[in-house]
Amino acid sequence: MAELTHGDDHDHAGYGHAAHGHGAHDHKPGFVQRWLFSTNHKDIGTLYLGFAVIGGTVGGILSEIIRAQLQFPNNHVVTSGQEWNTIITSHGLLMIFFSVMPALIGGFGNWFIPLMIGAPDMAFPRLNNISFWLLPPAFVLICIGLFMGESGSGWTLYPPLSNATFEPGMGMDCTLFALHLAGASSILGAMNFITTIFNMRAPGMTMHKMPLFVWSELVTAFLLVLSIPVLAGAITMLICDRNFGTAFFDPAGGGDPVLFQHLFWFFGHPEVYIMILPGFGIISHVISTFSKKPIFGYLGMVYAMVAIGVVGFVVWAHHMYISGIDVDTRAYFMGATLVIAIPTGVKIFSWIATMWGGSIRFDTPMLWAIGFLFVFTIGGVTGVVCANAGIDEMIHNTYYVVAHFHYVLSVSAVFSIFCGFYYWIGKMSGRQYPEFWGRVHFWMTFVGVNLTFFPQHFLGLAGMPRRYPDYPDAFAGWNYVSSIGAYISGAAFLVFLYVCFRTFTSKEHVADNYWGEGATTLEWTQTSPPAFHSWLELPRIK
Amino acid sequence: MSSDAHGAAVPQVPGLKHPYHLPDPSPWPIIGAIGGFLTVFGIILAAHFHNYAVLTAGGIVVLTTMFFWWREVVREARTPGAHSPVVRLGLRYGMALFISSEVMFFVGFFWAYFNFLLFPETQGNGQTVWPPSTVHTFDPFHLPLLNTMILLLSGCTVTFAHHALLEGNKKVLVNCLGLTILLGMAFTTCQAIEYSHAPFAFTGGIYPSVFFLATGFHGFHVIVGTLFLIVCWFRARADQFTPDRHFGFEAAAWYWHFVDVVWLFLFVCIYWYGAGAIAPE
Repeated sequence: MAELTHGDDHDHAGYGHAAHGHGAHDHKPGFVQRWLFSTNHKDIGTLYLGFAVIGGTVGGILSEIIRAQLQFPNNHVVTSGQEWNTIITSHGLLMIFFSVMPALIGGFGNWFIPLMIGAPDMAFPRLNNISFWLLPPAFVLICIGLFMGESGSGWTLYPPLSNATFEPGMGMDCTLFALHLAGASSILGAMNFITTIFNMRAPGMTMHKMPLFVWSELVTAFLLVLSIPVLAGAITMLICDRNFGTAFFDPAGGGDPVLFQHLFWFFGHPEVYIMILPGFGIISHVISTFSKKPIFGYLGMVYAMVAIGVVGFVVWAHHMYISGIDVDTRAYFMGATLVIAIPTGVKIFSWIATMWGGSIRFDTPMLWAIGFLFVFTIGGVTGVVCANAGIDEMIHNTYYVVAHFHYVLSVSAVFSIFCGFYYWIGKMSGRQYPEFWGRVHFWMTFVGVNLTFFPQHFLGLAGMPRRYPDYPDAFAGWNYVSSIGAYISGAAFLVFLYVCFRTFTSKEHVADNYWGEGATTLEWTQTSPPAFHSWLELPRIK
Repeated sequence: MSSDAHGAAVPQVPGLKHPYHLPDPSPWPIIGAIGGFLTVFGIILAAHFHNYAVLTAGGIVVLTTMFFWWREVVREARTPGAHSPVVRLGLRYGMALFISSEVMFFVGFFWAYFNFLLFPETQGNGQTVWPPSTVHTFDPFHLPLLNTMILLLSGCTVTFAHHALLEGNKKVLVNCLGLTILLGMAFTTCQAIEYSHAPFAFTGGIYPSVFFLATGFHGFHVIVGTLFLIVCWFRARADQFTPDRHFGFEAAAWYWHFVDVVWLFLFVCIYWYGAGAIAPE
């Protein structure tokens, strides 16, 4: 009851606060109230970003273990196949759900959607907080699966690899329920984003005047709301198969394992756009800012993203070309998939056209943006190769596919995250990052990731299958190169941590709009860092 | 679409106070997240070790969170200035999106069903017909038809209640809402009776798997919808709804129509179109 009374008092204070926001302009609550009970989009965004660094660190350590094992043939860094399978499963899930998504959506989305549309906060601030706090428990569950060594299905969770016969331990259930919690977090967050963007734009900011980053988060949020529940249904069926005696994916009881693949990829394909679309938004802002030009073809950029989002829902079975689906089905999914290259091409060429004739500055964020264009184009081109069902018969489940999706998802998405970090860290922290070390970070990462993943195309074309802890001697050369690349990227991550340390301990404070005239969106009209509550008085957009 | 409503809600001169609701820090989100963790971890412990303590604790924490968090929201709804018109519009967006995500959850189960209905040869055990030849199904025009009628009638009564609310007629509102709740309970009861007479066991293969998970999750949503309506009944009795401000009621009615529509699809596709050899009474 003490707590209730407290809540009551607090509520009254709260309404007063909302009504007389001015007086309490920069009043920050105490530590527990501020960080555990937060209803502030910037603080929750900061929590997400910190969480993404933790998730990325654990996932990154797993990648280094993977590359250490694969550095030489007949290597024994990892002692058993089951352990290996668990490591690759957890690496994938951690990077997707606990690093890229929290950074791009929860982190930058929370920080900058309200600032860019001139709203004082998100539409549902408490829902925002539970969206974040569902992630640490999910992370704990994933780690239980990892450390028990019982979740070796691969991140795609295909039965029978994930069923009770081949993965009987509770660790697999922990991994599945981790996805339930992370999925609930994403759905609630996405509802919040859509409502905020539709309902809280400043007067005069029509949809067609909205910054591209906000558009990218809007499309992403729709993909989340519509795709994650299907994954939830699929893993619910899988959990029931494992624990309660149903037969959805068990042929002995009349079930169909390919059904799981359909349900998984109906979620999984939109999911890959969920990971890259917010990056598109960030890259658009950075390229425009550092070229001192408005983005080329704004409406084309907007509707390219919408088109990618819509078409992304009807291409899922290109992940399943060799699952035994009909040849006509494969022909359809091949055609639909190739269509996506069109809006994606619109984006790439519009970014290049934005730079064309611009007054370009090569500060660290711009290096990451141009690096993004390079790696995303490579990944996009190999994607067109993989989309062909006939070719995919050969390269399915080889390192060619691993190279393709690491170029587009891990490398491009991570480049866009670092791009956003260097672009906005001054805005978020009020402090200057060390330019020299930012550039060192970029070049080390750029060399490292290309050295890691480019040779994997050769390995894949030569026939090296993914998800194996060993390989014939013939593959030794490029695997060695790939592992050296991974160590360089690992070292680059340490440079990033040093950059964070230098930034947060820096005495050098930055101006409101430290990038100058190229940066035109609303967040640059706020102080650096912005007040605890920004836009308590609404801006008016011409 | 939003910009119209938006323009109406936001004053059109610069430097104006925002019309949004910024709640103070709240302990319930993080407590709810802990409750979610305890619940799912409790399910794992129950399934693997028959230990129900953690699951029970998780359920209690989740229910407690729901009670106190939503009590806070109800209080805010009654606090002048907190739920401005634009905030109420935001709540509508939120509820519509939540229901959309729920629809997609059911899409997964219908996908499983149609996978086997349209492609019966995908059943791994050599069956080539759907429903499998080994399964007797329910007579769709027995309890399922009655349940269809009950739910459709409840859709009418909740709409009647809504009209009464718009007319400011509290007595009819409370009575029709009460009738809707009773019909919801009647549906759940019929469904329980039906389950107890099922001609197939939960673990009896693919047909019972699809049938029980699709109808079971629907039944769970009916129970949630009934609870939502019960909350509205108490709020209606306490005069918390006015003819122009009653979004809590509307959200419950939307949700109720959603479970109604899901049932119609279940009835037509699974019970009726998917009927096989009918089980003898």
